[in-house]
Formats: sequence, structure tokens, C-alpha cells
Amino acid sequence: MRTVSVRAVADALYDCIGRASFNLGERETAALEAARRTETSPTGRAVLDQLLENARIACQERRPLCQDTGLAVVFLDIGQQVTLDGGDLVAAINDAVARACRDFHLRTSVVAHPLDRRNTGDNSPAVVHVRLVPGDRVRLRFAAKGGGCENMSRLAMLTPSAGRAGVVEFVVRTVREALANPCPPVVVGVGLGGNFEMAALAAKESLLRPLGDAAADPRDADLERELFAAINATGVGPMGLGGANTALAVHVASLPCHIAALPVAVNLDCHSHRHAETVL
Amino acid sequence: MGLRCNRLRASSCHPGSHLLLYEAMGTVTLHPPLSKDVVRGLVAGDEVRITGTVYAARDAAHARMVKALEAGQPLPLPLPGAILYYVGPTPGGPGQVFGAAGPTTAGRMDRYAPTLIEQGLAAMVGKGDRSGEVVEAMKRCGAVYLAATGGAGALLAKCITAQRVLAYEELGPEALRELTVTDFPALVAIDSHGRSLYRR
Repeated sequence: MRTVSVRAVADALYDCIGRASFNLGERETAALEAARRTETSPTGRAVLDQLLENARIACQERRPLCQDTGLAVVFLDIGQQVTLDGGDLVAAINDAVARACRDFHLRTSVVAHPLDRRNTGDNSPAVVHVRLVPGDRVRLRFAAKGGGCENMSRLAMLTPSAGRAGVVEFVVRTVREALANPCPPVVVGVGLGGNFEMAALAAKESLLRPLGDAAADPRDADLERELFAAINATGVGPMGLGGANTALAVHVASLPCHIAALPVAVNLDCHSHRHAETVL
Repeated sequence: MGLRCNRLRASSCHPGSHLLLYEAMGTVTLHPPLSKDVVRGLVAGDEVRITGTVYAARDAAHARMVKALEAGQPLPLPLPGAILYYVGPTPGGPGQVFGAAGPTTAGRMDRYAPTLIEQGLAAMVGKGDRSGEVVEAMKRCGAVYLAATGGAGALLAKCITAQRVLAYEELGPEALRELTVTDFPALVAIDSHGRSLYRR
């Protein structure tokens, strides 16, 4: 067995939040630059120029890329040979989120109850997904998930006769109807198969893949190519003002499913695609 | 971090010069409060710069303002001719008014906007399309909807030179604030005649 302290996990998360909130990733920057080169709409080009300038200002002046510094979503893959030492893991994670919120001057974007809507004041609690995996490492992945794009995400319990065409139609319609709200050009996470909750989880997790890396399964990678072309043909464009760049990437993750079912979940992320990961 | 910064296009960054023009469109400077003539003269596609006082309000502040109006109570801000900016900013770091302060989704304010427009609200700044009810109120009363670039929170925060909380401080990022802005860039997305840049 290998011992890892929950404090080390929390500190790693704190560092990930600091990295992701102020620095647009290299792949994300390159994707925006590529979109700027191919954009046909003058307004679209102006929007993309602003976004590249925004990323430069954020980094140089240590300002958050976006005022929606997000709900903290944390995926933890914990090796079966790891003993977590030093207290409550989830409490340590929430403490790291609160410390990062205070120290980095992030926004408090969480309310304690969805109806009485009292702000928790420190951006905790995080959404934490823990999975046991072989090995003696802890892999931590963090996403700062904005509310505007999460609101435009959708799940459909399609049935088998809908087939690939039905999946494509649903995903493209979700992005088209979202228009400007999720801050296009978006990153589109698609969870295909599984069941009601696993489709959504797979869609979310697919967003954490390095931007633009194709799915390992060639059937999913082929679907990604078709969806990417179809979404960019909608003309929604940067900030919904028309143009050739509506998506920066489409990531598909598939799972086995019931003989009666064809679940599909679409989790949208904005162009300010903020995520970070580390291994302990 | 520095290396990554250098990958991005360099340009000067004092207020005014870092702003990027939308190409081939008219540019209008707005000094609120706005007269009806100024509002009616704006056309979808016009680029604007706002200099002066705007008010920051999002979901929770809207709910409170409309509740106050329904109860016959006065509002904590002068609505006639005013510009409301749909924003929940981050606190500023050292030397910053705010860290980031870009627009939030305007559609969430659709339920409240017609009531405020009827009270004289002249302009709203946000991101994304508006409902038919909001557009009808804009046409009827003379108001305009301006789109700022969603996700350009760092860039837009630099146009805000001062701020103070006017009301609802307990709402934290959703408090009603008075902002002083200089050359704040936006685009007329829906004008007071119902013309829109959004393809529905």
C-alpha cells in the first residue's frame, strides 16, 4: 500500500484551480487562433480577436479569464493500492475550493439550496466524482464549469431505432438552439449509451480529454468528425452572431447500454474551456 | 505562465486602445442616461462604446427589483434612461476594481425585463437572444439590447474604473452595483424597432 494524504490531494486541487482560472490552455489558444484564421464573418473575427486579447490580459494581469469562475468539478481516480490518510477527503477538497476562491479572488458562484438560493460564500461545495482504479496513484482532474453552458446541456433517452442519424440530429439541435448562451465556439461533450446518469457523466468526463484528441474507439472518432462538421455548418458562429466557427471540438465517449435504450447526453462547455489535471 | 502569455498576440492594454473594433459598422458613443432619440436612433449591427454610469444586476437583483415595484416601493436606482449590465463580477485582485466582469446570459432576465423597460430602462447589456415579450416591450417603450462578448471578462473588467454596491449586498456577486465605465464595447444586437442580429 502507498499512503497519500488528503491534504496533498487538496493542495494539488488548489494548484489546478489557480492554473485553470487564469491561463487559457495551449490547445485552447491554438483552437481559437485557428478559428480566427478560418472565420468568414467580420463580427465573428472581431469576437475571436477579443477572446484572444482577453486570454492575453488574463494571463499577464492575473485576472480570471471569465467572471464565471465556475462550479468546481473534480474527478478523482484513486488507485486500489492507495491509502488516503489525514481525514475526510471530500471535506479537504471543499476546503481547497474555498481557499482558492478566497486567495485567487474568484467568484462565489454556489448557492446552498436551489430554491432558497443563499450563496455559500466560498464557492464550495465542489462536485466530486471518485472512482477506484488499479495501481498506487491518485489522478486528479479539475474543470471550472460555467453556468451558462451547463444550462444549455441536454439529455435524451432515445431508442435504438433513432440510430446514428437520431444522435446526430439531437446533438446538432442542442447546439443550434443554444445559440449564444453557452458562449460559442463551444466544446461539445457527448455521452452515448450507458444509462440515464452514466450518459451525462460520460459527456462531462469527455470534456476533460485534451482538446481535439480523437476518441480511442474509431466508431466514436468517426462520429466526432461528422458532428464537428455538422455543428460548424449551422452558422451559429462566435457568440451566436453568425459565422463558420460554432464548435472548437467535439468529444464523444460511448458506453454499453440496454437493448431498449440509446441514451445521449450533450454537455456543452464555453470557449473559456478551463481544466487542469495532475497525478499524485 | 509567462511563456504562455507570450504566445498570445501582443498589444497595448491601457483602456481604450486594447478594444477591438467590429469591422465595417458604425460606432456610437453612449453616455447614459440615454434619451429616447438616442435609443431610437440605434440600429442592430451598430458598434457602441459606453462611457459613464451603468448598473450591474443579474438574476437575484432582478427578482428583488420587480418584487419591490409590485409592492409599490421605490427602486434603489434611477431607471429612466439607465443601462443595466447583466454581470456578476469577480472581486478584484490587488489594484483591480474587478478581476473579470463579462456579460451573463440575458435570457434569464427575460421574465423581469418588460417590467423594468416599462419603468424607463433604456438599454440592457448581456449575451444571447431575448424573448418575444422583451422585444415587444423594447419596441413599445423604446429600449435597446446590447451584446457584449461572453467570456471576455478580463478585457471588459478593464473598462470598469469604479464601483459601489447600491443595494442587496448580501447577494454577494448578485448585488446591485453602480459601475463607472469607460469605452465599454458592445454591439447593438436587437434595436428598438425589433431588428435582431440573432438568427432564430
